[in-house]
This record gives sequence, structure tokens and C-alpha cells, in this order.
Amino acid sequence: MAQAVGDVLVFLGALWMLVAAIGVARMPDLFQRMHASTKSPTLGLALLMLGASLHFGAVHITARALAVVVFYFITAPVAAHVLGRAAYLSGVTLWEGTLEDQLKGRYTPHTHQLRSTPTEEMGEEG
Amino acid sequence: MSLLHTGAFVCISLALVLAFYRLVRGPSLPDRVLSLDLTTTLVVGLITVYAVSTGQPLYLDMVVVLALISFLATVAYAHYIEKGGMPWRRR
Repeated sequence: MAQAVGDVLVFLGALWMLVAAIGVARMPDLFQRMHASTKSPTLGLALLMLGASLHFGAVHITARALAVVVFYFITAPVAAHVLGRAAYLSGVTLWEGTLEDQLKGRYTPHTHQLRSTPTEEMGEEG
Repeated sequence: MSLLHTGAFVCISLALVLAFYRLVRGPSLPDRVLSLDLTTTLVVGLITVYAVSTGQPLYLDMVVVLALISFLATVAYAHYIEKGGMPWRRR
């Protein structure tokens, strides 16, 4: 019984990973692609690990699966944040339907520090 | 191999094809880094499905290692992109 439930969970996790890849292939903008590729693989990996630990049903497998989920939940947001910041600072173009860029002018150009109010010279040129 | 395992293999393989499409097509360098990050996660999922399908829990050790390594690659790429990445599009 637990093995069948584990197999269903493994299939659902693989389906979530497919959803993430569809989002990465179809979204029009880097940041929307990042939205698709950060959250749903995390849920998919958690489902896969839960399914694997239910399928095998042993304590050491469950400990490994829990370690993978904890590692991924810690490292994936860090990697996504660092990549998104680097992409914004290097000037990736936003989608043409973007209504508002709230980070515009808040990064000082050379030191890459974030301010709470937009600077004047950056707000004009872009 | 049951039907659910085959379905999981098909889903992850299609996802790998879509991630490779974004790797080839991606208009900027961070898109390609994002696609490589997703590919690593998909390989982690593929190894897990393979371990469940063959009944060999030893493959989960590789999953632990790969889940730690992938983050380092993305952070290193992002560091170099931020330091001087795309000089043709600097603002």
C-alpha cells in the first residue's frame, strides 16, 4: 500500500518538474522564467523524495531524502536570488508588457548597492 | 517497471528537452544559466525515479551530492555575470 502511494507521489513529482520546464520554455521574460523554474522544481523534488522514502520504507533512505529536501530548500532560493540580481544588474531586458520596474534607479551603478530611494541620474537614463 | 514509473520517466525526459530548448534559444546569458540550473534539478529527479524504478536505494547518495553541487555552479556563474558579464549590453 505504501509502495503504491510512493509510486503515485514519484509520478506527481515528475509532473511538477515537467510543469517547471514548460514554464521555462514558454515564459516571455527572464524573471518570469525564473519564477517558473524556482518554485515548482522545489515542490517536485519534495514530492519525489517523499515518494522515494515511502517506496523504500527504510529509515536510512528517509534520512537521505530529508537531507536532500533540506539542502535544496536552503540552496535554491540563494541561487535564484544571486542569479536574478546579477541578471538585473547586467541589464537584461524586461518583457514589453511590464507595467512597472520598482527597482529602477535604486542600484548605484558602480558599487551595486541597493538604496531605498531612487537616485536622480539613474532614474533619467534608464 | 510499472506504468507510473514509465510516466515519470517520460515527464522528466520531456522536461529535459524543453530545458535544452531554452539553453539553445535563450536570448541572454542568464537564461542559459537558468536552464543549466533547471537541468541539474531535472537530473536529480531522473536519478531518483531511476532509483525507485530499479529498486536500488544506493543511487540516492548521488542525489545528495548533486543537490549540493548544483547550487555552487549557479552561484559561480552569477558572480561572473555580475562582475562583468555581458559587456555588449552594459547600461
